[in-house]
Amino acid sequence: MYKIILLVMLPILSLAQSSVQGKITDSENKPITNVKITIPELNAVLLTNESGLFSLIQGNRNLLLVIEKSGFQTLEIQQSVKSDFTIQLAKTDSESNIATVNIVKKQNTLGRKQKAVTNTQNLSQGELQKAACCNLSESFETNPSIDVNFSDAVTGNKQIKMLGLTSPYILMSEENIPAIRGALQATGLNFIPGTWAESIQITKGAGSVVNGYESISGQINYELVKPQKEDPFFANVYASNDGRYELNTHFANKYSDKLSSLVLLHGNTRNIKNDMNHDGFLDNPLGKQVNILNRWQYNNVEKGIVSFLNIKYFSDEKTGGTINDNSHEMVMNPNLWTSHVNTDKIEISNKIGYVYPSMPFQSIGFQQAFQYNKMHSEFGDKVHHIHHKNYFSNLIFNSIINNTKHKFITGLNFNFDKFQEHLEANFMAEYDRIDTSIGSFFEYSYDNLNNFSFVLGARADNHNRLGLFFTPRAHVKYNPFEKTTFRFSAGRGKRASNIFAENINVLASSRDIIIKNENGKLYGLNPEIAWNYGASFIQKFYIFGKENEIVVDYYKTDFSNQIVVDLENARQVTFSNLNGKSFAESFQLEWNINLMTHLNLRTAYKYLNVKTDYATGLLDKPLQAKNRFFANIAYETHILDKGQQWKFDATFNWIGQQRLPNTLANPIEYQLSEFTPNYQLINAQITRTFSSTFEMYFGTENLGNFKQKNAIIASDNPNSPYFDSTMIYGPVFGTMYYAGIRFKIKDKKEQNQINH
Amino acid sequence: MKKIVLVVLIAILGINLNAQEQPNKNKKVEVEVNGVCDMCKKRIEKAAYSVKGVKSAVWHAEDQDIHLIIDETKCTVLDVEKAIAKAGHDTKDIKATDAQYAKIHGCCLYRTEAKH
Repeated sequence: MYKIILLVMLPILSLAQSSVQGKITDSENKPITNVKITIPELNAVLLTNESGLFSLIQGNRNLLLVIEKSGFQTLEIQQSVKSDFTIQLAKTDSESNIATVNIVKKQNTLGRKQKAVTNTQNLSQGELQKAACCNLSESFETNPSIDVNFSDAVTGNKQIKMLGLTSPYILMSEENIPAIRGALQATGLNFIPGTWAESIQITKGAGSVVNGYESISGQINYELVKPQKEDPFFANVYASNDGRYELNTHFANKYSDKLSSLVLLHGNTRNIKNDMNHDGFLDNPLGKQVNILNRWQYNNVEKGIVSFLNIKYFSDEKTGGTINDNSHEMVMNPNLWTSHVNTDKIEISNKIGYVYPSMPFQSIGFQQAFQYNKMHSEFGDKVHHIHHKNYFSNLIFNSIINNTKHKFITGLNFNFDKFQEHLEANFMAEYDRIDTSIGSFFEYSYDNLNNFSFVLGARADNHNRLGLFFTPRAHVKYNPFEKTTFRFSAGRGKRASNIFAENINVLASSRDIIIKNENGKLYGLNPEIAWNYGASFIQKFYIFGKENEIVVDYYKTDFSNQIVVDLENARQVTFSNLNGKSFAESFQLEWNINLMTHLNLRTAYKYLNVKTDYATGLLDKPLQAKNRFFANIAYETHILDKGQQWKFDATFNWIGQQRLPNTLANPIEYQLSEFTPNYQLINAQITRTFSSTFEMYFGTENLGNFKQKNAIIASDNPNSPYFDSTMIYGPVFGTMYYAGIRFKIKDKKEQNQINH
Repeated sequence: MKKIVLVVLIAILGINLNAQEQPNKNKKVEVEVNGVCDMCKKRIEKAAYSVKGVKSAVWHAEDQDIHLIIDETKCTVLDVEKAIAKAGHDTKDIKATDAQYAKIHGCCLYRTEAKH
């Protein structure tokens, strides 16, 4: 046995030992000493000796070398390190060409956080711009980990899914303050304009305990653009052929090097009636939105203080339904059906953080947010009003035990929710409630600084409806080799479901609403509880000198209780406690290849097995594809002197068949097949950057022009008991084209710094 | 001769220490440490953390130095430098012996590559 290991190890060892020599010379082949060679991939900086030589480990691959020496032109070169090599450096022609050039390894726009113990992906602004349209729910379209659903045609909202579970099971936070909750749980992502986000962090599986007990399948945190970093002015105009227009403007003002503010204005409207699938219903609701955010940032580096204040307001209005509306007629026309959804929100939040100047590893932070959310919905003759007031506060202390290998975070939080809810459907009811909770958390992380780290967290909360409960979470990361990473996670989550707000689309149907009251504390039902376990494996390797990455992950969510939304009877929707089992299994295989410099390919296959015990037995979750395939190819040209660049991006999605709820109770013309067909979607975008301040983009979604037939059951008879608009599994509009521009004005001081 | 120098050095250091009012529990120090790559970084930082009293240690390849935060009641900068040199990396005050230097990995051999 030892011999075998030895045999395997020997070539590796001998490979590691042998080195190659590189030589840097001038155009007359004379060696140059003290040339600085930066190898971003190895994170190394080398200098040549008197003979112009430096050594590297031999390998069957190419390395990017950045070669710098004053008096010579800086050279960025892909060099094979198979055998010894010589590189010639050209002298700079004149004094003016001697400019310090900072070359940084091109950051992948979709980076996996290598250091994080959790399975966290970071989406930078570059990645967010790949899907230029328009709000946060659509920003995930180039990411295989998140599925963007086609929500019902009536509300036009898109929901996201992670590990086969919809957004209520994902904890969403804005700069680590729980953001999209309660009344806006299902729709909230649609109200955050894409240009407002600086980056998004997606954590699969049980997340940290710091942000609360509610996360079940994962956490999504988004960072907003920061007043101190923003350019004084930014504008983005967008228009698409389905009649959607968006305008974003940002105004930043720096009062001093400490105080700065930012005003973000967003407006959008959709005013063209489209009915591309000829069912008499609008493909997208008409609407308009005004969205304002004012941010203040105070930074005092010497004193270690960072502080933010945010004031937010938005108002959104959407009208959907039949192409002809009945708002002007006095008599009800049985062939007409309309919906109105008005959403308003006011939010004030602030945070203050203090880092001990003598101890950069120790900090204390306080954050609080007050928000008022209002959503008034009318779907035909069904009415739902929800008013939600929330106060959240959080006190966090970060420090170390002995040294920075052992870190901990501890703190307290308080949450207050007041819901006033009114429902008119097949019955009328008021659901008013006040939820308060107070909790404390402790999270310990260990890092051996080499290849092993883990995070253990726990929190205890006392909630007036969920009771006193304990939430444990654990994450482990292990790197047996430099380019191999294993991660494991496990954790528990518990939450109070707002059954109507989270499933608002079921109201856009003639289904009777039935709640199987079991005298629980939430609509007569019990809280949702689930455990999530997962493992992931990442291997990086080189083929022909090109970086490849393989990611395999598997997660399972097991519900002890869930609010089961049963659509299997076509006449009704039933909300009940889980009776039996419910789970979501997710397996994902991802292969990312750097084909050439600036040309990247991402491919992913995903298998989702989501099953729940309904009244009629254990069934696949409806409208959930079991198999999906994803590919994204991105190419960009070199950035020229003035910032000119072309960027090309295309995404391919293959969505396998999805189970449809049972419609056998309907007349034959209103019955659906058992499964949807599989279909493909291609989105593509071209961006042309003219300078560092101006760029244009043009793109298309659903290039293959796939349209779902029979998106709305009984669309010809919307006031019949068969009407149902919840069976949307694909686009109804067909191919969509859009174009937009981005323009900014840079700070004069900064521009001068760049020029000199 | 060497011993005498060392004794004198320690004496001077001792005076210096006495001259300070009281030991700082979160003393920030930057010391030159030579190395090349990420492997060096791990080795250097690991060596630094092996000294009791080191709260934070971050080595920077570009600047060829280590940023330390130490508890002066528990250790001195020289203790940390000794530990790092023992792992094979030259520091401002302590050089690694040739035997110690020879143990580090081929790509980490900073003495041949960075001659100033």
